[in-house]
Amino acid sequence: MTENNVIEVKSVWKSFKSVQAVRGIDLKIPKGQFVALLGPNGAGKTTLVEMIEGIQKPDKGEITIMGKRWKGNEDELHHIIGLSLQETRFIDKLRVSETLKLFAGFFNLGMDRVNEIIEKVGLEEKRKSNVVNLSGGQRQRLAIGIALINNPAILLLDEPTTGLDPNARREIWEILRILKQKSETSMILTTHYMEEAENLCDYIVIMDNGVILKEGTLQQLLEEVPVTLKHMECRRKTLDDLFVSLTGRKINE
Amino acid sequence: MSKWFRINQLWQLIAALFREIIREPGVLFWGILFPILMSLGLGLAFTKKADVVRKVAIINNSEISGTVTENTTIAAFLQNKCEKNTTRGKEDWHWKYVIKDEKLGNSIFLFYNMKWDEAMKLLKRGTINVLLAGFKDSVEYHFDPMNSDAELTYLKLGSIVEKGEILEIKGNSEIKPLTIKGTRYIDFLVPGLITMGIMMSCMWGISYGIIEKRSKKLLRRLVATPMKKSHFLIALITVRITMNMIESLVLLIFSLFAFKMSIQGDITALILVYLAGNIAFAGIAVFVSSHTSNTEVGNGLINVVVMPLMVLSGIFFSYQNFPIWSIGVIKNLPLTMMTDGIRSIFNEGAGISEVAGPIMILTATGALFFTVGLKIFKWH
Repeated sequence: MTENNVIEVKSVWKSFKSVQAVRGIDLKIPKGQFVALLGPNGAGKTTLVEMIEGIQKPDKGEITIMGKRWKGNEDELHHIIGLSLQETRFIDKLRVSETLKLFAGFFNLGMDRVNEIIEKVGLEEKRKSNVVNLSGGQRQRLAIGIALINNPAILLLDEPTTGLDPNARREIWEILRILKQKSETSMILTTHYMEEAENLCDYIVIMDNGVILKEGTLQQLLEEVPVTLKHMECRRKTLDDLFVSLTGRKINE
Repeated sequence: MSKWFRINQLWQLIAALFREIIREPGVLFWGILFPILMSLGLGLAFTKKADVVRKVAIINNSEISGTVTENTTIAAFLQNKCEKNTTRGKEDWHWKYVIKDEKLGNSIFLFYNMKWDEAMKLLKRGTINVLLAGFKDSVEYHFDPMNSDAELTYLKLGSIVEKGEILEIKGNSEIKPLTIKGTRYIDFLVPGLITMGIMMSCMWGISYGIIEKRSKKLLRRLVATPMKKSHFLIALITVRITMNMIESLVLLIFSLFAFKMSIQGDITALILVYLAGNIAFAGIAVFVSSHTSNTEVGNGLINVVVMPLMVLSGIFFSYQNFPIWSIGVIKNLPLTMMTDGIRSIFNEGAGISEVAGPIMILTATGALFFTVGLKIFKWH
């Protein structure tokens, strides 16, 4: 492992049949950093995260987690990673506490940890509710609770707030903000919401068509927005302005 | 990873999957009550000899033949031998003739006076299966010779209409109804219902369960933890076999009491065949669901396995009625092997030595399909 990086992605390529999903991406994520992969649908964010998760294998290039490749280290790496996939549905007829207990069991953790997580994600009142009876926001909080159950060194969240109403989205952000304050967990979060990347992450990677267009801190990226852009003097710059200047279209188009 | 940790992982999975099943309200009805109702319905239908009603059309059409109003053999039979329905209230028959038989059950012939076209319509609907057309001294019987029920109606009716004699076998004195345990239809049916339940439960419970969990991305989420992959499948199979045992036991106890059935053979052999059958279908279920994440495709794949086996394996009626060349193949189908094995223990008093072959083949089939299924299994 180089310096303090927990994740290193080196010249990674991945294609599905004729679609080139990821094209030669390099990325380094230091310990404790929250990184946003920002880009429109089809940018290659999920494929990149799935390769980091070990679900997909790169066609070319190398990915190391804490200096270790996936091959031969699956068990060890699964212990240090927590993840939340897009649109995962858990067992409908299990209660919130039972679902967390199931996942806690995979890490040899008991009910104490389950109770901590229920409190952390604010599902105390729903601990006895079946998963099927949770709202979209509550289900997503449960998914994040499951991702955090093993107190992971690396947290991978794939579009954790897509489809949620603003209130539910803010509740998720609050959970992640507290996590950032209280732990040294590194996080990769994919999103196509600019404000999510701006509010939660220290470092933002803008992707499109399988490549990284720009990366840096929010300040660094905003400085790159061309001043010639129309109406710029009337309001503050946004990441969408940068995306428009780079691609000619908006992120959510 | 310690052995205790592994066992705890497996236990958590088993507990979660078991809760998933028992909290489904339909499980109690479809898994336990439905097989009982089915055995009760079919058992009663085939155990008690009910009156057999045979509906016959009397053609009243001058283009085809004479009518019943003329002086024909049929007219004479109807007027002299049959009960005429004068009120025609709720019942729409015109004449009725009853052959009473305590041993074989009563045969009730209902005659309907109608035109040829109307009779054809009812024939196509299966309401009637024989048409009578009368000439002065003779009677024409119109029916499909491939229809054995129509043929029986003709045989019973022919002698009565023309000669006025009831077709009987020397006063029925040589007929000795068999009521020995193991020879009744219910003795044949219940083992079949048990084995069919195992097949259905494994194929829909395991296969469909896996496909649904894959489509919901739950499998993918599970394998992103330190969970041992085989533990998930073992837990799913364990829970399913446990449920199968509960369901079969309820049906068995019901049959033992309600139908006075008995297990004439070796109980250990019965348990072994039962477990081997469960293993076989659990393995097949894992194999069938190893790839697809589309529940529609899953439905099709499950039906490809289930439908032919249900038809061919002699669950409701003996497969000996199939062409001789196919019997060898049918006997070696997993459902047939399990059903024949369980039936032989129930009804023929078979022991382990008689069913050792099926036990080994079924277990090997399950192990083979499970191993191949696990090799090609897609977790995401």
